[in-house]
Amino acid sequence: MISTTNIEVENLTKRYGDVEALRGVSFSVNEGEIFGLLGPNGAGKTSTVEIIEGLRTPDGGKVRVCGLDPQRSGDDFKFVIGAALQSTALPDKMRVREALDLFGSFYPRRRGTAELLKRFGLEEKKNAFYSHLSGGQKQRLALAMALVNDPRVIFLDEPTSGLDPQVRHEIYAVIQELKKENKTILITTHYIEEAEHLCDRVAIVDHGKVIALGSPRELKERSGAVTRITVRMAKPETNGALSTLEGVTECRTEADDYLLYSTRVPRTIVALVKHLEEQHNELISLEISAPSLEDIFLELTGRRLRD
Amino acid sequence: MKNTWALTAIRMRLAIRNRAFLFFSLIMPVAFLFFYMGIFGRNGGRAAPYLLSDVLALTVMGSFWGLSVQLVTFREQGILRRFRVTPVTSSGMLASSLLSNYFMTLPTIVIEFALARWIFHLPSYGNVLSVLFMVTLGTICFASLGLIVASVTNTMHETQIIAQIIWFVFLFISGATFPFAMLPGSVQAIAVFLPATYLVSGLQQSLIDHTSVLGLGTYMASLIGCALIAFLIAAQLFRWDPETKAPRRAKLWAASAIIPFLLLGAWETYYGNLRSHALKDLQSIREPYSLQRMDH
Repeated sequence: MISTTNIEVENLTKRYGDVEALRGVSFSVNEGEIFGLLGPNGAGKTSTVEIIEGLRTPDGGKVRVCGLDPQRSGDDFKFVIGAALQSTALPDKMRVREALDLFGSFYPRRRGTAELLKRFGLEEKKNAFYSHLSGGQKQRLALAMALVNDPRVIFLDEPTSGLDPQVRHEIYAVIQELKKENKTILITTHYIEEAEHLCDRVAIVDHGKVIALGSPRELKERSGAVTRITVRMAKPETNGALSTLEGVTECRTEADDYLLYSTRVPRTIVALVKHLEEQHNELISLEISAPSLEDIFLELTGRRLRD
Repeated sequence: MKNTWALTAIRMRLAIRNRAFLFFSLIMPVAFLFFYMGIFGRNGGRAAPYLLSDVLALTVMGSFWGLSVQLVTFREQGILRRFRVTPVTSSGMLASSLLSNYFMTLPTIVIEFALARWIFHLPSYGNVLSVLFMVTLGTICFASLGLIVASVTNTMHETQIIAQIIWFVFLFISGATFPFAMLPGSVQAIAVFLPATYLVSGLQQSLIDHTSVLGLGTYMASLIGCALIAFLIAAQLFRWDPETKAPRRAKLWAASAIIPFLLLGAWETYYGNLRSHALKDLQSIREPYSLQRMDH
């Protein structure tokens, strides 16, 4: 199956005064794909998305969404996109139902308010004022509004920022639902788990550049990030032999546990078992943790992602 | 166009739900009517047309103040930027501001007329068509000027200061509070360049002298011209985002909205009869007393 490219971004640049916010961002997103822009605050994620949405003009580079130029295609472009923006709001005294009716009225092709209310669990709140909604409800309304015109491409800028974990998982479920409808979704986040959980592919963005791109799994495999093997033994080891085992780059102790960092996990385990037999020691527990996107980010940038 | 009506309808609903809006656009003007006409209107309705025209002028000019603040609030709260990813245009958004404001001003005007008639013995409604035209064009013109202030200022603080300064000028040297005929000549010379002056005078002439729409043609044309220029500039300078700042030259651009009134003011200065109208209309209050004196 040949997939259509719905979002194409080539060499975007943007500066705000002295700050170079984007320094040549390129990527493309296929139809039906959930694509994540992952990076710390200020990395250039929102600038990138807002340029693709047509909210900002780039200094250089090219953007196409479903073959349309966001700056020049006018309503044709607006009809194919839906967006949940960062730092936006509705008037305090606007009711949930009214917001969906109003935004729906702007489009020739639209989804019914009743259907959206049901789908996003807002039926009970349909007559509530915007100011009376909780953070999670506001975010669900924002997602419902992004779908009001049944768009082909959906932009979600930090859709779960500031929400508690339970609400965040509710939002994940809704986004995964959208994938079933073959929507193309571009999502920005600084939550690693969100990118791992939701995205088919991820671009890691830092200082206005894409520094890594691929599926979460590819990124992990491709990276030189090491796997951590946590071992607990019957008798303590004291002579530092563990750090000489095959594939081990580093060995640390943490309480009763030994943490072995390995680049070649199977060989390290075989060597470990042999070593223990020779020492007449016994293995009590063994745990292998594969590198996370967090580790990859750390490896690529030397910094941690934080909330 | 369809989008503009949808926005107009929802904004009227929002306005009705907003207590501050109801206070400033309905309760305050009506309270002002009672205050003004209650104190100065105690001569059997003779002064009522003059006083009512001032009350109407203040109600109409209130659009200037309300709309700028509302639009800046919407921008600062990030409400406008959400509309930018929809097919709504800046002129559609601005037009919905003007229309909703106009429809919300009309009931206040009707209530003021009704109270003036029933409680303060307004002898006649004047030339109703002229009044309607003056109110309509005035509301749209002052609202457009408000939109310009919103489009050239960057923060709510700045908006309020600039709107307040202009508002005080409109309030005190237009004839709306102190009668134009009683202002010093030097102040009058400035006042003839203000849209507010023509709004007040146009309403006085409609109510007191029953002047026809044609008779007020130049005033109305200037209100239309000013509204059009203001609207076009406001649409041009419109910003959806609180982060985007207005360019410095924007304020100069904005000032060009006043051009029709500079022309009208210049014409007035050399050929006009605004002063004589103002004096005659002011004297209409005193007429019964001079008649009584003649009887003695």
